[in-house]
Amino acid sequence: MKNTLLAFLLLLAAALPARAQDAFVAALPGLAGNFNAQAEAVERLGALADPRAIPVLRALTDGRLLKRPDNTLVIREGTTTTDVLTGAATDAAGTEALRINNRVRVALRGALGRLQLVSPDPAERLAAAEAVFRTRSADNVPLLDAALARETVPRIRDRMAIALAASRLMASDPAAKLLGVEALGASASPEARAVLLEARAANPDILPQIEAAVAAIDRRLAVRRAAETFFQGLSLGSVLLLAALGLAVTFGVMGVINMAHGEFVMLGAYTTFIVQEACRGIPWLLPWSLPLSVPAAFLVAALCGAAMERGLIRHLYGRPLETLLMTFGVGMMIQQSVRLVFGAQNREVLSPPWMQGTLLLPFDIPVTQNRLWILAFSLVVLGLTVAAIRFTRFGLEMRAVTQKRAIASSMGIRTGRVDALTFAFGSGIAGIAGVALSQIDNVSPNLGTGYIIDSFLVVVFGGVGSLAGTLVGAFGLGLVNKILEPWAGAVLAKVFVLIAAMIFIQRRPRGLFAQKGRAAEA
Amino acid sequence: MSATVSPLPASRARLGLRTGLLVALLLLAAMPVLNQLPTTHPLHVSDFLVSVTGKWICYAILALSLDLAWGYAGILSLGHGAFFALGGYAMGMHLMRLIGPRGVYGHPVLPDFMVFLGYRELPWYWLGFDHFAFAMLMVVLVPGVLALVLGWLAFRSRITGVYLSIITQAMTYALMLAFFRNDMGFGGNNGFTDFKELLGQPLNTSAARSGLFYASLIALAGAFLLCSRITASKYGRVLTAIRDGENRVRFLGYNTTHHKLFAFVLSAMLAGVAGALYVPQVGIINPGEFSPANSIEAVIWVAVGGRGTLVGAILGAFTVNGLKTWLTSAAPDLWLFVLGGLFVLVTLFLPKGLIGLLKGRGA
Repeated sequence: MKNTLLAFLLLLAAALPARAQDAFVAALPGLAGNFNAQAEAVERLGALADPRAIPVLRALTDGRLLKRPDNTLVIREGTTTTDVLTGAATDAAGTEALRINNRVRVALRGALGRLQLVSPDPAERLAAAEAVFRTRSADNVPLLDAALARETVPRIRDRMAIALAASRLMASDPAAKLLGVEALGASASPEARAVLLEARAANPDILPQIEAAVAAIDRRLAVRRAAETFFQGLSLGSVLLLAALGLAVTFGVMGVINMAHGEFVMLGAYTTFIVQEACRGIPWLLPWSLPLSVPAAFLVAALCGAAMERGLIRHLYGRPLETLLMTFGVGMMIQQSVRLVFGAQNREVLSPPWMQGTLLLPFDIPVTQNRLWILAFSLVVLGLTVAAIRFTRFGLEMRAVTQKRAIASSMGIRTGRVDALTFAFGSGIAGIAGVALSQIDNVSPNLGTGYIIDSFLVVVFGGVGSLAGTLVGAFGLGLVNKILEPWAGAVLAKVFVLIAAMIFIQRRPRGLFAQKGRAAEA
Repeated sequence: MSATVSPLPASRARLGLRTGLLVALLLLAAMPVLNQLPTTHPLHVSDFLVSVTGKWICYAILALSLDLAWGYAGILSLGHGAFFALGGYAMGMHLMRLIGPRGVYGHPVLPDFMVFLGYRELPWYWLGFDHFAFAMLMVVLVPGVLALVLGWLAFRSRITGVYLSIITQAMTYALMLAFFRNDMGFGGNNGFTDFKELLGQPLNTSAARSGLFYASLIALAGAFLLCSRITASKYGRVLTAIRDGENRVRFLGYNTTHHKLFAFVLSAMLAGVAGALYVPQVGIINPGEFSPANSIEAVIWVAVGGRGTLVGAILGAFTVNGLKTWLTSAAPDLWLFVLGGLFVLVTLFLPKGLIGLLKGRGA
């Protein structure tokens, strides 16, 4: 549909300049002449940049071009024949096939190659632009000019512009050369840069301009690289934020170190998988399985968390090292259970259509949609967490219990219940993180293991006393990691982060609501 | 944090433990001899049991070193596996150099993996490892220096408790990532293997195997005596006091940083020795030894046996590893449940470990 429309537009555009149309019609009779006339006519058609010439030349190549006794032409298409000029179906009676020799064949190949620049098929045009760019020659300039004037697809236009500029660089006319250098300098493509560097030796007279153009491209490429790194850092940061947010509640607020946190994240991811499988039976629900997974994952992880807090952790309050070991053991058992139930292999969680694909920001910065969604999602979850702690009754009680348990209890707050709810809340957020991670990571039993150490670092690193600290910690760590990675490697980046975290611990993060005085020394 | 584990009273129980330990030592020492008996003999000990016991002895040394740091100084290190692995790598480098031109590629100096990766010459940090004495020095020095730097940074900043645990875990994690890389010059993913000989003895003979077995046993006994001496000394008392109330000890005028640092570094060196003895017995070392799970598993050996008792660490290492060897072949799916269950069981119901249980019976 799109293609036919495009072809129509192209035809319309071709029909407008009457001279071009005349030239096409005028060149046609040559095809019916002798080999010399044929070759000449092919050359003329090839230089015309008229898309109507493409089927004619193809038919001539394949021996499907026939001539009537009056030297007008028809094309045979299977069993039907059509008139070249009118496009109407005609009778094949009395026609004879046109024969060609090698010289005409060579001419045909060149002409068709150049004509593809105006082909109705966008993919063909793009390929032709690439080919012309590679074999750049000054002869192509008028052709490219004509094709560029007609082109409507931005991506192909860009490629053609670069090809045109590169071809101009081959011209003997200094003014045309400068025009080419200027156009190349305005792009942000590494290929244009390579063409310019290559042209330096042949054009000593315009060397300063070439150097300036190269510098301009370098600047643009650097900006693009920086922006890419920045986005990757933000993306990693948003993942870390999601993974660490639950930890900031259980570890930061309650002081409970939960080594099974990563397993709660993993449970959230598997919940997403289960919800998706459940939705398979109901086709209209399937695209909405991911949003549905968010509350489901929260509930599953929160229930597990509450059970763990009431059943095990509360017996170990005030003994953080024992809590650490015990929760590690629980995590191990959760992981093994999932491995036995679902198998050790990865489970596939599909992305809904509205999360797929890549977005191109200005400067050609590619941004994957699902990472963009996760970035936004992490901020929303952060906002909801802050709101829950600050504005709800539950948040108030939670803060009261962390600040002074005895007083809170004497005010009638059931501290045990608040402990369980707080832990369930933190675990639930971990489950939500699992939903997001199922989109960008493999859903396997050891999904959580990879995030647990980084999450702790985020909480420690940014945990100067608030969820804002976690936000800063997560994005800080993400950015530092991605900025250091290219020149230091992932390992050195990790070591650096480690040292930074140790320096930060000196600032003594004692949870989100830091206790002061004797009570702070547990 | 201030969970107190009272030292055993010098009583009947202690005497009983000492005797038991001596009997166990003699029994272990008899194993390679009994291995020489004909297979039909009722007292014959299989090759498998001897080699697996040799491994456990190395684990016991690691557990002992961890007990010194955790049970007495209150430093719960989740990165002791890294010191163990570093000692193992130092030994592995020596063994690789001893292969000489017998490698698959037959290069006179370079180990196979370096030839494969296109190295032209030995990296500078491999120099000297062809000498046994130098390699043994590195076995203790490399883990020791790492512990010194890390401990100095951490203890000086008064990083304690779970924060320290996380930092040590992150350390071993970072090292694991580093050693997985090919361009580190440590064999990457595959690590070192195909060892030929040590001290002129081919490694695949039963003489070499029992030699390593006895070396490990002597190292274990020596480490135990050293740790007992240290923990019974005045320094050991101060260390225990730091574990139970660091601020009070500091206010009494002790430099707690130095006290803890000494214990931590010594502990790391012992772990390095354990790793060095382990590698020639199992015949391979790879970055998997750095995995955080290994370190935390070592912690559970100590917890199961009973921390702050030294004997408990050894007992725990043998018990848990015995259980692991049996279960991973009998019911592989079950093992992780049992291990995880041990974590929960010990922390909730057996804070003093098996030793506490035995002592409770004896009293």
